[in-house]
Amino acid sequence: MIQIEHLNKTYVSRQGETHTALTDINLTIEDGSVFGIIGQSGAGKSTLVRCLNLLERPTSGSIIINGRDITSLSEKELREFRSSVSMIFQNFSLLQQRTVLRNVMFPLELRHADKKEAEKRARELLELVGLADKCNKYPSQLSGGQQQRVAIARALVNNPSIMLCDEATSALDSMTTHSILKLLKDINEEMGVTIVLITHSLAVAELICDNVVVIDEGKIVEEGKTEDIFANPQSEVARKLLEKRL
Amino acid sequence: MEYLQTFFAQYGALLAQGTWDTIVMSLVSTALAYVIGIPLGVFLVLTDPKKGLLPHKAVNAVLGWIVNIGRSIPFIILLVAIIPFTRLVVGTSLGVPGAVVPLVVAAAPFVGRMVEQSLAEVDAGLVEAAQSFGASTWQIVVKVFLWESLPSLIRGFSIVLITLLGYSAMAGTVGAGGLGDIAIRYGYQRYMVDVMIATIIILIVLVQIVQSGCDLAARKIDRKK
Repeated sequence: MIQIEHLNKTYVSRQGETHTALTDINLTIEDGSVFGIIGQSGAGKSTLVRCLNLLERPTSGSIIINGRDITSLSEKELREFRSSVSMIFQNFSLLQQRTVLRNVMFPLELRHADKKEAEKRARELLELVGLADKCNKYPSQLSGGQQQRVAIARALVNNPSIMLCDEATSALDSMTTHSILKLLKDINEEMGVTIVLITHSLAVAELICDNVVVIDEGKIVEEGKTEDIFANPQSEVARKLLEKRL
Repeated sequence: MEYLQTFFAQYGALLAQGTWDTIVMSLVSTALAYVIGIPLGVFLVLTDPKKGLLPHKAVNAVLGWIVNIGRSIPFIILLVAIIPFTRLVVGTSLGVPGAVVPLVVAAAPFVGRMVEQSLAEVDAGLVEAAQSFGASTWQIVVKVFLWESLPSLIRGFSIVLITLLGYSAMAGTVGAGGLGDIAIRYGYQRYMVDVMIATIIILIVLVQIVQSGCDLAARKIDRKK
């Protein structure tokens, strides 16, 4: 379970001006769910999801994941913790100078895992995402959808309990988006991986999220079951995003 | 034809020795300059106050100054200015060893900047992704920064090596040996135009070999399309 309590994030610019990215965020994300964080660009969703693996350090508040407050982990504990929370990105972020197979092995290599076993595991996951025949290709030789599948295989290689998706389908066309979302849903159902997905697209949220929060200007403006929010949006932002979809 | 035969009989050995000295001087000093320049470039990137993994304004500024000072002294001046230091390090200011010290001192800051620029081209998203998988700073340096920028580093290497080929000729004027020394002593002081032209042709060939060799290597290993 992920519990976020009174999370605040403020940036101080060089000129000393403060910019508030997140204000008093309180959230609970159940194990095994697909949770959507929706908002317009600049609303703070990216910052929020980056707090969950401490790529961004919150200014105050606590983030309790599986019973531990991750903001108090030591540098070494944090690196260990990060192997249980993996992430996929809008632009895939695959290493260009490595083959597909070695990209998937990368997180294991970082932990000095046995090379043979790492390779075996990577091949299994490439099989799972349907790219077993692309092992020796380089990312630049693949389409966007295929690259995101490689990134998903890489994200699963450590057997994470949580997967964070940062606008994972925003760079893809709608057909590819559907197939990637279906893959994520399968992973969620078959492996029980909790998925936290941020998106500016309500269509994406509607397709796979159990619960969503809508954030605007760094604050949660609405939260609940996906179908309830779609049927009866309370906030201005949710209504706006909904109109855009139609 | 006969002319060439007598020319090579007379100067062949001299030119061969000079070419060898030039190659050794340039390669050894380039290698040593990279030993210093790679860590320098890496630290310049890591300590960048805005985007670095280990942001440190003061360290970054000091490293930047050192590099800029090193790069603002013309090589011919550096060469004579640091003679006492050169003697201290290798015991002589003459010959190939005497040339390597000023060449390294001149090239290391240059290499530092080249490495910094290559590493800065690496997509910040890759660094973030590596962090998200629990990579340590050292792992990010080796597996992301250096490995991902390898084609660019090799292209930079050719620029450094060619620059040092040129510098080594200057070092020749103060007793370092090599093609520069031959060009000055024979071509300039004794008006032997044919020797001068021979050294120029050899230098052109050397530069071509370095450039096309490095280009080929960089193209071969570059996987970004």
